[in-house]
Amino acid sequence: MQTEVLIIEDLRVCFDTEEGTVRAVDGVSLTMQRGRIMGIVGESGCGKSVTSYSILQLIQTPGRIESGSIRFYPRDGDPVEITDLDERSDPLFQIRGGKISMIFQEPMTALSPVHTVGSQICEAIRLHQDVTEEEARQRAVQMLSQVGIPGAEQRIDQYPFELSGGMRQRVVIAMALVCDPEILIADEPTTALDVTIQAQIMRLMKDLQRDMGTSILLITHDLGVIAQLCDDVAVMYLGRIVEQADVRTLLKAPRHPYTMGLLKSLPSLAMDKERLPSIEGSVPSLSERPPGCPFSPRCPYAVPGQCDVADPPPMEQVAPGHGVACLRHADIEDGS
Amino acid sequence: MTRDQQPILQVQDLCMHFPIYAKNFLRRQVGLVRAADQINFDLMPGETLGLVGESGCGKTTTGRAILRALQPTSGQVLFRHDGSVIDLAQLDRKQLKPLRTQMQMIFQDPFSSLNPRMTVRDIVGEPLVIHSQAKGTELEDRVTDMLQRVGLKPEHRTRYPHAFSGGQRQRIGIARALIMRPSLVICDEAVSALDVSVQAQVINLLQELQADLGLTYIFIAHDLSVVKHICDRIAVMYAGRIVELAPTQTLFASPKHPYTTALLASVPNPDPDQRMEYGLTGEVADTGNLPPGCAFHPRCPSKLPHCSQTVPELTEFPEAHCISCHLFSPDQAD
Repeated sequence: MQTEVLIIEDLRVCFDTEEGTVRAVDGVSLTMQRGRIMGIVGESGCGKSVTSYSILQLIQTPGRIESGSIRFYPRDGDPVEITDLDERSDPLFQIRGGKISMIFQEPMTALSPVHTVGSQICEAIRLHQDVTEEEARQRAVQMLSQVGIPGAEQRIDQYPFELSGGMRQRVVIAMALVCDPEILIADEPTTALDVTIQAQIMRLMKDLQRDMGTSILLITHDLGVIAQLCDDVAVMYLGRIVEQADVRTLLKAPRHPYTMGLLKSLPSLAMDKERLPSIEGSVPSLSERPPGCPFSPRCPYAVPGQCDVADPPPMEQVAPGHGVACLRHADIEDGS
Repeated sequence: MTRDQQPILQVQDLCMHFPIYAKNFLRRQVGLVRAADQINFDLMPGETLGLVGESGCGKTTTGRAILRALQPTSGQVLFRHDGSVIDLAQLDRKQLKPLRTQMQMIFQDPFSSLNPRMTVRDIVGEPLVIHSQAKGTELEDRVTDMLQRVGLKPEHRTRYPHAFSGGQRQRIGIARALIMRPSLVICDEAVSALDVSVQAQVINLLQELQADLGLTYIFIAHDLSVVKHICDRIAVMYAGRIVELAPTQTLFASPKHPYTTALLASVPNPDPDQRMEYGLTGEVADTGNLPPGCAFHPRCPSKLPHCSQTVPELTEFPEAHCISCHLFSPDQAD
């Protein structure tokens, strides 16, 4: 069996707007290893959600996948090139929600308000598996108790509005995992939750991942969640991956100035009251992408005439498994 | 700060309750949401007090009741202004208006808190117009001065909010709040909607402005690391009550209330070697249907038999550390 479960190569996604074409994802390459949790971190508008939506072809007009490849390697069977699948084809429906499923950020809007929790989970089961209604219901009850919902037998007949935010997110997770997917894409799964509930959901995801062997792609803006959940991390900025490594290397010895800046500007629980180091300026809009390295206008290490011209810097391997897209990484001291 | 050791604000037994009425035509009262209950604290001039807690714990309600955006159910809000002490909870609209200049609020969402049809000049200058404090070139000058103080350019005056990024919009909101030269500013999740790199800039700005203008802040937030960074003292709220109130260092070094301990342990640490604990089970108590006794007891890992019967009082311990928990009540010493 292949150790990779998903390989994205040079993915470009653009949106045709009235002001012209905006490229939200600009050449992203990413490899997900089987049975590991991969995190994508970045600020609003960096393209992390668009990247994850492309994997399931969920980009809607005016957006479209411009070029690139997304290859999925199922446990059994031949590799599938997802970008080649027709939007309405049966193979895509089998993958969507079956082999690859997704958890969305808002547990309030991800569930239908007019159907019971049970009917929504059973629908997912019966779309992908040939089972009777009764079997599907039993599977749903079992899944609900597995995600820690007490009294699953009763809860299954309730509507989403009768559940709290944390419970709803558990239902969404149950729905995503009920067909035993090989990849779970989680887009900010804990952002809308309170911190004690977030901790519960994080533990649940970690336990389920260990028990079921699912590979997870976790999209978040919270470096704390990344540190506690992920095995590998990619940092995105303006539609490009700027740094990629295992979680310990990335957070302890980052090499890209943007990653360093992000880590430094976190007010930490361990730090005293002093001025926070911050990154100058703000993220430019996608239609005003600077030439050269996208981070160069805000970068303290940028060299005029070198960093801000021509194409964005390519990803270079500075150590096995540690890639940095920065022309000056060799000149920059290791910082954390 | 040193010449005036009187508190600028004293909140005493402040309660904000919302009745729930039946949906039939009789409109009989069927319940009561105790959104904020028995809130007590003092605030010194120049100090920053943090109000932290999870959604629905009453931190925003408390802030609004202090500013009289809500009419408190009971309790006193003693505000010191020009040497005299005024109970804000007793004033009517007319009496409140001159005091409004002294108390301002910075809101969470920089997208919905600015009127999209007004230019930055009109937004920032509006308080001066409402209180007839400036017009013409003086108005223009004060707006320009304020914009520069918050890190915006004078030419931004004629633009509309949509032309600005989230961080810049929050700066506009700050300028609007500070142009009246208030003494008390309530920041309600003022940096929560911002990205990390911009959040750090706004936190620094708030701290600089506090030092320059001698502001007193009440900083409402759910992010403990931000609160730790900016606050002198922190009040932790749970289900409408303050469960622990202590100087920031004390609270983080030795949290006493089981809820505070669990809350601190639940924050995901960005250091992968510091493993987080996933302690707390259950969900936040519903302020419309509180459990008897201490509201936290159904989730509390160290509850005592009488925790489900009597509500603990907020009691002061050495080093200005106030705790509301039976584990620490005097008769529980041994």
